[in-house]
Amino acid sequence: MDYTLRVGGEAGQGLQTIGGALAKVFSRNGFHVFTHQDYMSRIRGGHNFYQVRFSDRRVTASRDVLDILVALDLNTIETHRKSLGEEGIILYDSESIKKTFEEPEFIDVPFKKIALDVGKNRVMVNTVATGAVLGILGMGLEALEGILKTAFKKKGDEIIEKNIACARAGYDYALSSCPRCEAFRLEETGNRKLMLINGLQAIGLGALMSGCKYYSAYPMTPSTGIMNFLASKAGEHGIIVEQAEDEVAAINMAIGASFAGARAMTGTSGGGFALMVEGLSLAGMTETPIVIAEIQRPGPATGLPTRTEQADLLFVLYAGHGEFPRVIFDPGTPKQAFHLTNKAFELAEKYQVPIFIQSDQYLGDSQWTFEGFDPGRLIYNDYRLREADLEGSGEYKRHALSGTGVSLLAVPGEAGKHLVVTDSDEHDEKGHIIEDSETRIEMVRKRLLEKMPLIRKEMEAPYLYGDASPKIVLVGHGSTYGVIREVVDIFSKEQKISMLHFSEIYPLPESDRFDYLDLLENADLAICIENNASGQFAKLFRAETGFEFTHLITRYDGRPFTIESLKEDLHAYI
Amino acid sequence: MPTFEAYEGQVPAWCPGCGNFQILSSLKQALVELDIEPWEVLLVSGIGQSGKLPHYMKCHTFNGLHGRTLPVATAAKLANDALHVIAVAGDGDCYGEGGNHFIHAIRRNPNVTLLVHDNQIYGLTKGQASPTSDQGTRSKVQPFGSLSEPMNPLALAISLDCSFVARGFAGDPRYLKELMKAAISHKGFALLDILQPCVTFNKVNTFKWYRDRVYKLEEGYDPSDRLKAFERALEWGERIPNGIFFKNNRKTLEELVPVIREKPLVRQKFSPEETKRELEKFY
Ligand SMILES: Cc1ncc(C[n+]2csc(CCOP(=O)(O)OP(=O)(O)O)c2C)c(N)n1
Ligand code: SF4
Repeated sequence: MDYTLRVGGEAGQGLQTIGGALAKVFSRNGFHVFTHQDYMSRIRGGHNFYQVRFSDRRVTASRDVLDILVALDLNTIETHRKSLGEEGIILYDSESIKKTFEEPEFIDVPFKKIALDVGKNRVMVNTVATGAVLGILGMGLEALEGILKTAFKKKGDEIIEKNIACARAGYDYALSSCPRCEAFRLEETGNRKLMLINGLQAIGLGALMSGCKYYSAYPMTPSTGIMNFLASKAGEHGIIVEQAEDEVAAINMAIGASFAGARAMTGTSGGGFALMVEGLSLAGMTETPIVIAEIQRPGPATGLPTRTEQADLLFVLYAGHGEFPRVIFDPGTPKQAFHLTNKAFELAEKYQVPIFIQSDQYLGDSQWTFEGFDPGRLIYNDYRLREADLEGSGEYKRHALSGTGVSLLAVPGEAGKHLVVTDSDEHDEKGHIIEDSETRIEMVRKRLLEKMPLIRKEMEAPYLYGDASPKIVLVGHGSTYGVIREVVDIFSKEQKISMLHFSEIYPLPESDRFDYLDLLENADLAICIENNASGQFAKLFRAETGFEFTHLITRYDGRPFTIESLKEDLHAYI
Repeated sequence: MPTFEAYEGQVPAWCPGCGNFQILSSLKQALVELDIEPWEVLLVSGIGQSGKLPHYMKCHTFNGLHGRTLPVATAAKLANDALHVIAVAGDGDCYGEGGNHFIHAIRRNPNVTLLVHDNQIYGLTKGQASPTSDQGTRSKVQPFGSLSEPMNPLALAISLDCSFVARGFAGDPRYLKELMKAAISHKGFALLDILQPCVTFNKVNTFKWYRDRVYKLEEGYDPSDRLKAFERALEWGERIPNGIFFKNNRKTLEELVPVIREKPLVRQKFSPEETKRELEKFY
């Protein structure tokens, strides 16, 4: 089975509550889930939807064809009715939207009346609707009851009881008034619970579990979720989360905290990152470790604030004046986002460089299910030196020419009498301003030329999925992972096809462990798939390797690829 | 007990006769008299003639970007509140490029001392008008004279209820040192605006010009009276008051952040084990 459910309505109608609760019910019942959100840049009104795909096998992208549509307003019916599959059904409340539909796919559930009769409160409409969906599926209510209990714990037992009663009433009503729903009945998959997490939470969790102690940012969609997550953990885990006055301050704060000895991170989206560029260069010059999450939305300028795009890659790659090393990760799944955030902290501290977690609204807001994350795979090395580490050594020089590309990093005030000095001007080994050409050459050599090859060795090879010697290779990076993977599954019945996915994109990994260039050169078709207009990854790839893709598939309407849309795009070539 | 020599750094590259020299020696002297060791001090500076000051001393130093001194200093203080964090800036640096950070640092109130070398001119870029230049100040860039009203940093700071607001004069290093000691000892964000003659580019606001006008706030002046302080801060022209204009006991940012109540962030050991329970919350 493989169902797609869409909850549509105005902003403020509780789509997230319904969609979020259902996603959790499914994952707790052991179903694989993939959700994505489509929302407008407004707090009330407009048209938004929350899509949940769930299945008994792994799902990693959204489909366009709907099985269940929950319509909280008339607009949803008008907009999405045409996406309904043959057996699909539409749940609605004729009284609330003041219109009745007679066609067999419509199931009229009096959401509002039940909420008022049973819960004595209109706000319980969402709980009724959630219960009704579960009624259609014939799933138990146990998981939902658990979720309601947690959600309303603070509001007391009475509210919990009323919500549970509303859910049950919605459930019973839907179950008994929809003969057509027989086709949807689900077998439970056992007691196995799956983990449910979105990209932004995964980045936040990765930061938390890597010892991030300071996060400063200025709110900007879609990156704000990381700040929300870390702020919610601040008290319990001893993290300082500072809302800066602007992005300029945010990155300088992260740099200040890191210089003083705390693992630090900042996050923003393209427009905010434009303001951070000056600070990025400062991190490069002072060799201060920082992690920067750049969560893309379509530009230029303010663009489409709540939609998705992968169009900041070259900006992030070239941002900052002067030459200094940097690393860009672009995870394809929340699980990768978690582990790459950890790797970002590890490498930032080890090499004292700025490292990017680049992602986008699509991955950021999408929830995925996993068996779990393996904390055993997390790396934590403390590279900061304190008094005991420096005992017996001579005068400490922050920017010493060590011959290894990396100078030792001491914590000011914690390193005994050793002084830590650094400068945005070119400096000598002790960190003091210089202007002579000899020192300049040595510093550039250490900071950039010696470090970069070491960093490159740390980059993981791209992930090959599908045929081991393919005729067709679909290349993607970052958030297109899931959709490309599912499309490869579809085409692989008839083709020697595979996906080559890059999540560690700069510097590109060496090819000694896996000769991905050879693989591409031996294929008949090498198609680069990107959520932008100009094929930025293809450009980066060509600049770094000389390899030119035979074809490029782009999408730049602010929406993610769906399985159907990508399949159609590919039909032009396959 | 630290010595003056312990604070001795590189040979300054300022113009001979510049007011910055007295600011430098007053700061070293103030730290010595406060019995603060070089490794207990973090100096954060920006860009401009003032930005170079930390290199002419010995202590932990972060010499960052033009105007960005305060975000760096604030976060460094949060990360390690055992350090004395002193931010050094110019008038262009702090009130121009960094104006927004200035406002918000006052609002946050970290226990950071801000020393502004206020020479009413851009020195390092060769003599353009600064935010504190008098209206009419002529330069290559202001052929008709500066058209804007000068800003009044003390009045602005007082209006924002800044925790400590004072003015000193490079030409009176002994008093300046006392003001620095008070600013550094004050718990909360402390602004010390320092009148600093730029002997090369500012031909109006010279040592003599200041000496003729500067006077100390009278004995018995009450720095807790905000309205009075505001009134005195507006005094500028024939007579220019020096001293501590305003003080309050607002809680510092560090006091308000629960996470660092027990010990500085940098002394809190990270235990990966303890964070593992967070994974459970996603099921
Ligand atoms: C972002 C940026 N813009 C401009 C400059 C050039 N710049 C260097 S110092 C300075 C003005 C400094 O004036 P002020 O802060 O008053 O210091 P002074 O040199 O007078 O002590 C400027 C504009 C710079 N370094 N960085
Ligand atoms: S230019 Fe002015 S401020 Fe700069 S060092 Fe010379 S006298 Fe001092």
